Amino acid sequence: MSTLLRTPIKGLFETPVELPSLIDEVPLSIVVLDTRRRIAMINRAFEALSGFSMEESKGIQCSHIMRSKLCIQKCPLENMDVNSEPVSVESDMINKDRQLVPVRINLSPIRDAEDNLAGFLETVEDLRPIKEVSSRGTHAYIFRHLIGKSPEMVRIFQTLPLLAQSDSAILITGETGTGKDLLAEAVHQASNRAKGPFVKVNCGALPETLLESELFGHQKGAFTGAVENKPGRFRLAHNGTLYLTEIGDLPLALQVKLLMFLDDMVVYPLGSAKGFQADVRIIAATHRNLDHMVKEGKFRQDLMFRLNVVRLHLPPLRERGDDIRLILDHFMNIFATRFRKKINGMSKKALKIIMDYPFPGNVRELRNIIEYAVNMCSKGQIHSTHLPAYLAETKHFYGRVSSEAGEGSGWASPVATADKEQSGQKTWASLERDMIIKALVKTKGRRNKAADMLGWGRSTLWRKIKQYKIDV
Amino acid sequence: MAQKILIPLYADQVAPRFDLATEVSVVSMADDGRPTEKKTVVLPRASAEQLCHLILLEKISTVVCGGIEDEYYQYLKWKNVTVLDSVIGSYKKVLKELESGTLRAGDIVR
Repeated sequence: MSTLLRTPIKGLFETPVELPSLIDEVPLSIVVLDTRRRIAMINRAFEALSGFSMEESKGIQCSHIMRSKLCIQKCPLENMDVNSEPVSVESDMINKDRQLVPVRINLSPIRDAEDNLAGFLETVEDLRPIKEVSSRGTHAYIFRHLIGKSPEMVRIFQTLPLLAQSDSAILITGETGTGKDLLAEAVHQASNRAKGPFVKVNCGALPETLLESELFGHQKGAFTGAVENKPGRFRLAHNGTLYLTEIGDLPLALQVKLLMFLDDMVVYPLGSAKGFQADVRIIAATHRNLDHMVKEGKFRQDLMFRLNVVRLHLPPLRERGDDIRLILDHFMNIFATRFRKKINGMSKKALKIIMDYPFPGNVRELRNIIEYAVNMCSKGQIHSTHLPAYLAETKHFYGRVSSEAGEGSGWASPVATADKEQSGQKTWASLERDMIIKALVKTKGRRNKAADMLGWGRSTLWRKIKQYKIDV
Repeated sequence: MAQKILIPLYADQVAPRFDLATEVSVVSMADDGRPTEKKTVVLPRASAEQLCHLILLEKISTVVCGGIEDEYYQYLKWKNVTVLDSVIGSYKKVLKELESGTLRAGDIVR
């Protein structure tokens, strides 16, 4: 950049420094505009990206140098004032080499010492490397961190890039461990909001009062303990994606407030009459059957309609056929590398045990099983002895797993379901004894918790401990 | 030499993008560079393909524009259309430069 265009910065260091010496070394393209959207300064990275030099672009209207689709169709700076929030938009530009370059443009106001609008700061990110990588990675078996080649998963992978580009609300359903969080994050990463924040809120993890303040924020003094302003998750997710997991656990009162937000996209923090216009994409997920919940009056139908613009259902692992083998190999490679072990696959017997298992915990459970097996196996093949014992012991009890969509809760723990089965008396007795011992070990000898785990009353557990002569 | 020139417009400026222009000015010039006919064409929608079609239909010899994708630049060149791209400036000033025969690709007419 020419030294003729002097723009000293005073007060930052002991002696004034030139602004170009600061911004020229930043690898991100930077454009500084005056209040009339004319170029005040560009850095070296933008010179390289656009092909225009600082000398020729100074004083020129931004749209003639940027040459972005955004400039022509709807320049966000038109309505940007000193109080505006930064805007992040994906667009394209044509540089002097006549290349159409996909870019992500971030725009924000610059304020002077008196808080007046002094100009605008524009940063431009060249998305070509990212687009090339993602186009290479988007084959049928993988999308971001999701793997699968079953028809259901391939269909999801094919529709995801299209869905990601829209701003529609998405409802993700599926049993626990099927990858709902990964899917939500994949949608965000593939969307125009990828550079914006991805904010996750577990609606089931907080009590109602806390959740309201967590989601919508609060004003200082709104309630006892509100010692300062809190922005809330909706505001934090501005220009990005808000992921509401376990939406089925959202209290009814908050469902109304969420519905209001989805209608006008304005957040009113607790204790504040002033709203904040948030630009947020909502992705919600649940393992519950929302249709049933609506019928039971536990979930608002209008909210369901709002969220259910696009529904993605992740099938349980047991219905994904060959995906089990694909994911198994994937995790085996990952853990073998992580634990620095030379694992040469799995024995036929071990593989059969795995393939026969119905995976109530889905992919998460398979991952844990493989992690355990790789840990237990010193080298060579993974054998059945390296697998968690419960896989072989309880396989008969999993034959009748509910495959109802979104009804992960229909699955109970192996320990609790065991007593529903009718096995031979001798086998059953020994099995029940083992179950009790396992439950006691797991709960570190606490009988109350062990009884809860087994689905029995405390007295039943005590009676059975006596019956099987278990030494506690 | 008499020539026919097409300039995509964005308000009173040369349009920053060839493919996004919805209004073009077609200027016929006499041998001495004097404009003999001027007309403005409003396009139903922005499209580089339709604009190329119009250029060939109108038998345009020179296109003056801002940013243009290489695909369309090469196509027009192949069709013997001279393209002066990356031109920045107001329509009036650019036209004056054209008349005097001094306008070059990449010129910024202030």
